[in-house]
Amino acid sequence: MYTATATDTHGHDHEHAPTGIMRWIASTNHKDIGTLYLWFSLFMFFFAGTLAMMIRAELFQPGLQLFQPGFFNQLTTMHGLIMIFGAIMPALVGFANWQIPLMIGASDMAFPRMNNWSFWLLPAAGLLLISTFFVPGGSIGGGWTMYPPLFIQGGIGYDMAILSVHLMGISSIMGAINIITTVLNMRAPGMTLMKMPLFVWTWFITAFLLIAVMPVLACAITMLLTDRNFGTHFFDAAGGGDAVMYQHLFWFFGHPEVYIMILPAFGIISTIIPTFSRKPLFGYVSMVYAVASIAFLSFIVWAHHMFTTGMPVAGQLFFMYTTMLIAVPTGVKVFNWISTLWRGAITFETPMLFALAFVILFAIGGFSGLVLALVPVDIQLQDTYYVVAHFHYVLFSGSAMAIMGGVYYWLPKWTGHMYDERLGKIHFWLTAIAFNITFFPMHFLGLAGMPRRIPDYALQFADFNMIASIGGFLLGASQLLFLYTVVKCVRGGAPAPARPWDGADTLEWTLPSPAPYHSFVTPPLVK
Amino acid sequence: MAQNLRSNRQVSVCLPCRAVGSRPASAPALLFLSLLTSALPARADYAVNLQTPATGLANQVYDLHTLIVWICFVIFIIVLVPMGVALVRHRKSAGHEPAKFHHNTLVEWIWTIIPVLILVSMAWPATQLVVQMKDTSKEDLTIKITGRQWKWEYEYLGDGIRFISNSATSNEQIAGKQQKNEHYLLEVDKPLVVPTGRKVRIVLTAADVIHTWWVPALGVKQDAIPGFIRDAWFKVEQPGTYRGQCAELCGVGHAYMPVVVEAVPPQQFATWMQDQKTQLAAAEEASGKTYSLDELKARGEKVYAANCAACHQPTGMGISGAFPALSGSKIATGDKAGHMDIVLHGKPGTAMAAFGPQLSNLDLAAVITYERNSWNNKVGDAVQPSEIAARKK
Repeated sequence: MYTATATDTHGHDHEHAPTGIMRWIASTNHKDIGTLYLWFSLFMFFFAGTLAMMIRAELFQPGLQLFQPGFFNQLTTMHGLIMIFGAIMPALVGFANWQIPLMIGASDMAFPRMNNWSFWLLPAAGLLLISTFFVPGGSIGGGWTMYPPLFIQGGIGYDMAILSVHLMGISSIMGAINIITTVLNMRAPGMTLMKMPLFVWTWFITAFLLIAVMPVLACAITMLLTDRNFGTHFFDAAGGGDAVMYQHLFWFFGHPEVYIMILPAFGIISTIIPTFSRKPLFGYVSMVYAVASIAFLSFIVWAHHMFTTGMPVAGQLFFMYTTMLIAVPTGVKVFNWISTLWRGAITFETPMLFALAFVILFAIGGFSGLVLALVPVDIQLQDTYYVVAHFHYVLFSGSAMAIMGGVYYWLPKWTGHMYDERLGKIHFWLTAIAFNITFFPMHFLGLAGMPRRIPDYALQFADFNMIASIGGFLLGASQLLFLYTVVKCVRGGAPAPARPWDGADTLEWTLPSPAPYHSFVTPPLVK
Repeated sequence: MAQNLRSNRQVSVCLPCRAVGSRPASAPALLFLSLLTSALPARADYAVNLQTPATGLANQVYDLHTLIVWICFVIFIIVLVPMGVALVRHRKSAGHEPAKFHHNTLVEWIWTIIPVLILVSMAWPATQLVVQMKDTSKEDLTIKITGRQWKWEYEYLGDGIRFISNSATSNEQIAGKQQKNEHYLLEVDKPLVVPTGRKVRIVLTAADVIHTWWVPALGVKQDAIPGFIRDAWFKVEQPGTYRGQCAELCGVGHAYMPVVVEAVPPQQFATWMQDQKTQLAAAEEASGKTYSLDELKARGEKVYAANCAACHQPTGMGISGAFPALSGSKIATGDKAGHMDIVLHGKPGTAMAAFGPQLSNLDLAAVITYERNSWNNKVGDAVQPSEIAARKK
């Protein structure tokens, strides 16, 4: 599909890479910045994962064993905030930085200095967020959704969290501007929009979502900030404010945010499956349209997070119908992936295992999403563990497992070494099995009536919680193997050829492995 | 065994005609469960489905959910079969040569249109049910429910009956120092009592933060939001005790905010109403009396445990940075008037609620007296209900 003549031989005047710590702090190189994003997200993944282990430890049995409820609420809140803003989103931006220029034959991102700044805001934001654990009153415990009036009650940590989310939002917006500009202006000659790899398409559309909704989040949390500190009453009923308005604003951001975290994952899966099926992606055009439709629909479904707030019938019905519609383009994607497999020549390397598990487990998350879309059923399941199960099926076995698959897929290009296939496969199986032990029983807990965000629960929920905790500990421990496998690959291993996957046909594989510090200085010609 | 597994001890009633035992449980759930239970000792607690419905609405929700799960399960199998066939037969190691095709417009249209039709078939029953759930007209009885951190207040509109329903689970059970009883975290001191066979409309609001009133068996979950009045309804068919919890994160006591509804036959309900009115009159009279310091302290300890201890802690030490200590505090050891004011009116912008409208004058007097004479506080004075009444004016 992408036949390219690799005219890039990286002239010697571009060869030198800066060295020492300044290489990273002052970097304007998309590969270095991509690497920074990926390491940052890996660190945050382990930090927020540790919080999850603490949550599962407390929930191992009914009763309060390890933590007081206030601290438990901080654990769930910070786990959610950090996983979303610190782990999943930066990891996907890391992929964008590394892969978009390589896949469209560009020499770098359009705005390299802004790229540097968008990354370096993140450690500051992360540090600010984590340091809330050490201020009087502790970290934030009002849930990652930060609903007022509860959110108004907290201490200084809450203001620090608002500032931190602001910083991460600015970082995301700059990253998105960079991606859109790069995609629109820096494609190699001959690479029309409809010839772009699907991964690039998904990020291109995601970037528009980011630009559209991040400012809405910024407004909502700024209003929280002024309500907390400057005597405004946006959300305070006593002053004529409206607490439900916050939820509308938040979810107008929050629902597209869900797709911000899954669309690039779709892109990764749509890259891996054709490679290991040795067959072009089925229905490329409809895949692009499906991603665009999902992005459009994501703007008109937000209130399905609010069915129990008490909307008018018309409101509930409208948001139910639009939400159900999302199943159509999502279904198209799944059907296309399976058609890509059909009559291919399939092999099962680690990235492919992650991609196949993604298709199956994401489908389960999609089905539970459809169940939740139906207002009467949602009213039973809203704010229960069923919802927790649902969003972990789309965010862990969806986004996170796609990211892991993508890491294994591109590690040879990034590092110049092959990863340890045996360890990768063990990591995959441990992750996939432990994930299901952890999260499948949560569907039952939710159906049986266990609310989410509670440190202690009624006795009839004890058995499934214990199973979920055991699965959770296994899932957490398995990720240490991921870390080991990645570090091992970075430090050495069998040298990777330019194109280690015989079914891969995108532009990055025309470069040597590891990809040279400056690539496509002369644009390749795409036929 | 499947019969056992679907029983759920949270609901202590048996429905005669539409017994849940005759329903198919969700198929994927059962598949998974059979795997699970083969490895684990079978216990009745692995409930895998919605609770036994106790109202017509909850029943319809149950059926709708079952229908959707079956549709999803069938689609899932239809998707998995070709995927499985491809993974087995079209492997490179099996010598399969890759085909070259990469699109088929007709097929792509078909699998866009068919899901739309399936969705319409799901949306139709759901729409009808939404319209029913929202129809709160023609009610027999209206109860106002106010969510407070962390208890529910019930008011039978028009009958003058109003009371607070607190969690009845002891701190010892929560801390694991005592055996947890059957309804751990799902028991209250005073349940909401409703008549069976009557349409009960509830109107909800909240005094501090957003709470959600939820009883799974009744099929009702509705946010209680400060500044708004929302409504919902239910009609319980059979007498029984139905248990639920607050569903919206509302602070440190969120897990300890149970809802218990007791449905009784209409005649028994009328008797109960009469009893409540008698008790209210007695409480009114009790507030006119004068009590000794020890009497007030003893009563105050109970009031404190139910209303104050979640934040200020049973030790009176509070939680540093979040909830101030009462032991040694300026207010609790200062003059009576200042102490009464903060308890009666709360402190805006903090979690400290106004207890004036929530507790009886006697309970207010008792808890303030208790706070002034417990832990390190040794003020030695008693606050009488009459002083509270005067301060309220």
